[in-house]
Amino acid sequence: MSIYRTHILVPVDEGTVQAGAFEVKRKLEQEIREKGLDREVKVVESGTVGIIGKGVILVVYPERIYYANVRPADVALIVDEHLIKGRMPRGLKHFTLDLKGGMKSMHSTGLTREQRRVVLDKTWRIAPDDIRDVLASGGYRALEKILGEMIKPEAVIDEIKRSGLRGRGGAGFPTGLKWEFTRKAAGDVKYVICNADEGEPGTFKDRLILEGDPHKLIEAMTIAGYAIGAAKGFVYIRGEYRLSIERMQKAIDQAREYSLLGPNVLETGFAFDLEIKKGAGAYVCGEETALIESLEGKRGNPRVKPPYPVTNGLWQKPTAVNNVETLANVPDIIAQGADWFRTLGTEKCTGTKVFTILGHVEHPGLIEVEMGTPLREIIFSYGGGVSGGKKFKAALLGGASGVFIPEKMLDVKMDYESLKENKAVLGSGAVLVMNEDSSIVDTLFSILKFFAHESCGHCAPCRIGTRQLLNLAWKLHQGKGRAEDCDTMLRLAEVMWSSSLCPLGQSVITPVKSAIENFREEFNARVIIHTEEVRG
Amino acid sequence: MNTQEILHKYEKNADNLLGLLHDLQDGHERHCLTPESMGAAAEYLGLPASYVYGVASFYTMFSLKPRGRFIVRICQSPPCHLLGSTDVSKELVKALGVGFGETTADGLFTLEMTSCLGVCGVAPAMMINDEIYGNLTATRVGEIIDDLRRVK
Repeated sequence: MSIYRTHILVPVDEGTVQAGAFEVKRKLEQEIREKGLDREVKVVESGTVGIIGKGVILVVYPERIYYANVRPADVALIVDEHLIKGRMPRGLKHFTLDLKGGMKSMHSTGLTREQRRVVLDKTWRIAPDDIRDVLASGGYRALEKILGEMIKPEAVIDEIKRSGLRGRGGAGFPTGLKWEFTRKAAGDVKYVICNADEGEPGTFKDRLILEGDPHKLIEAMTIAGYAIGAAKGFVYIRGEYRLSIERMQKAIDQAREYSLLGPNVLETGFAFDLEIKKGAGAYVCGEETALIESLEGKRGNPRVKPPYPVTNGLWQKPTAVNNVETLANVPDIIAQGADWFRTLGTEKCTGTKVFTILGHVEHPGLIEVEMGTPLREIIFSYGGGVSGGKKFKAALLGGASGVFIPEKMLDVKMDYESLKENKAVLGSGAVLVMNEDSSIVDTLFSILKFFAHESCGHCAPCRIGTRQLLNLAWKLHQGKGRAEDCDTMLRLAEVMWSSSLCPLGQSVITPVKSAIENFREEFNARVIIHTEEVRG
Repeated sequence: MNTQEILHKYEKNADNLLGLLHDLQDGHERHCLTPESMGAAAEYLGLPASYVYGVASFYTMFSLKPRGRFIVRICQSPPCHLLGSTDVSKELVKALGVGFGETTADGLFTLEMTSCLGVCGVAPAMMINDEIYGNLTATRVGEIIDDLRRVK
């Protein structure tokens, strides 16, 4: 293996590819070759840095300099000035980064502000498709610790329980408890499933983990398999995530080659293997029982609960279904201990959370911060505030099934407990910022259109309810609402909440209620006053 | 790859149905599932034809109608909506001369709506076959469609 004086990372995700990352990479490699630097400088494709909408990004090591909005035409300048002459090229935007304690920059706001990264720790400083790079950066150390020191499965579960890790898919169920239920359930055949059917509008954190550090998931799932007593795991990835599926498959193949997966993991006799299952476009499959049905090759209709998957899951066997982000915490908890993990976040909500900041913000993108970080800080510090000098109106938190947060609630702390006290939900971690010009009525209409399309039709309250809500919202959207429409919507949503089969129908109330309660006057403005004269 | 070759890539387990349907659809020149291909899948996996049809018609990524060479899927989710996907959608309808779920007469384009594509950082966004196009404006979609027309 040769040693290079400089590494240049080209973070690859859908956003940077779209901006021409591969073109820049080709140009960079060509330029480096032509200047005779190819034995000194290595170009590496990495996962995302979490900076989105800033074009192609380059990160130069060991200086920890990053460039944003790089065009192929800039490459020659970077090579000449930075790589050959060792000085910063003028006219290009660049920042310095500190990788150990997160990110630091010359700026106090924006996405390069210091973050606390656990699950995204490595996504942007390793080449995700090269297992040697992963191993060199500490990958699979937790698995090695467990199997090498012969730590008992029960002890692994205890450690996860003690860490306080809760599910990051939205519901926030304690992960250790889920594993314990699955382990204690009767039966010899058990399964681990990674829920990577990320469909919540405005959410793409799981995609970036899958693309940026797939080996971390393999390691986590193998640990989960060991803990609950499963020999087989499935990664259910939504069909639209082409790059995620490719990266994951490649990672699985490499892990098998290094006997980190297979009949004899790390020569310890422990058998565990993974298989990818590709979804086919159904939001409801993010619900764990619908996901299991889909994985079995059926229509993705949710099952009646109980029984829960921990006793009757895939093919009616005990199954632990965990979200991507949840699993991505596991290796670090094992490697660094539950006590370390408990130092992050709040007493009741430990660890970090990944947020996607979107909509009318200066710096749209993805950050990972400790649980309990105030929403205001996320939007105004990391996101750089509302774009174009406009005023803040609302934030839609947690995607389509999320809650509209008005300005007076901006200081809410982002963790399960604090949000619950404020009748809000953390959901998937999507933060959609809306400026003063945007319409709550229209956004709610868009959300209800989504639900009406995605309702699987299995149970009547959701099938009919989503359609009726859409009709009412359409009338208001057109400015042809009636005074009683808002109350009808609230009542309908309440019925759906109490009687729908799965969280899809149950959660429609969250956006409907928060929109109407916090922005009632906006809805009233879309109502036609039906006086006798108007009616004729 | 013909139908039989695709089928034999998979073990005869019902849980392979979705993967199989994906491959059969990708292998069809009009990007769709036909009664014949669904029938072949049913027979291969030992499932009733009605069951396979039920599955195929459940998921939005499967099409039972023949589609064009380019499948244009515009994101309808709230983040894209907020940043102007409605105007972009209108422009697409105008540029292609077809409504949603329809295919142009020359068999080149099919226009579809899609739920969140997970690329909200570059909203509004659309996907044409496997490619993502982001930061769309009415002008830009017109250009993209024109470019694709020229490529044919």
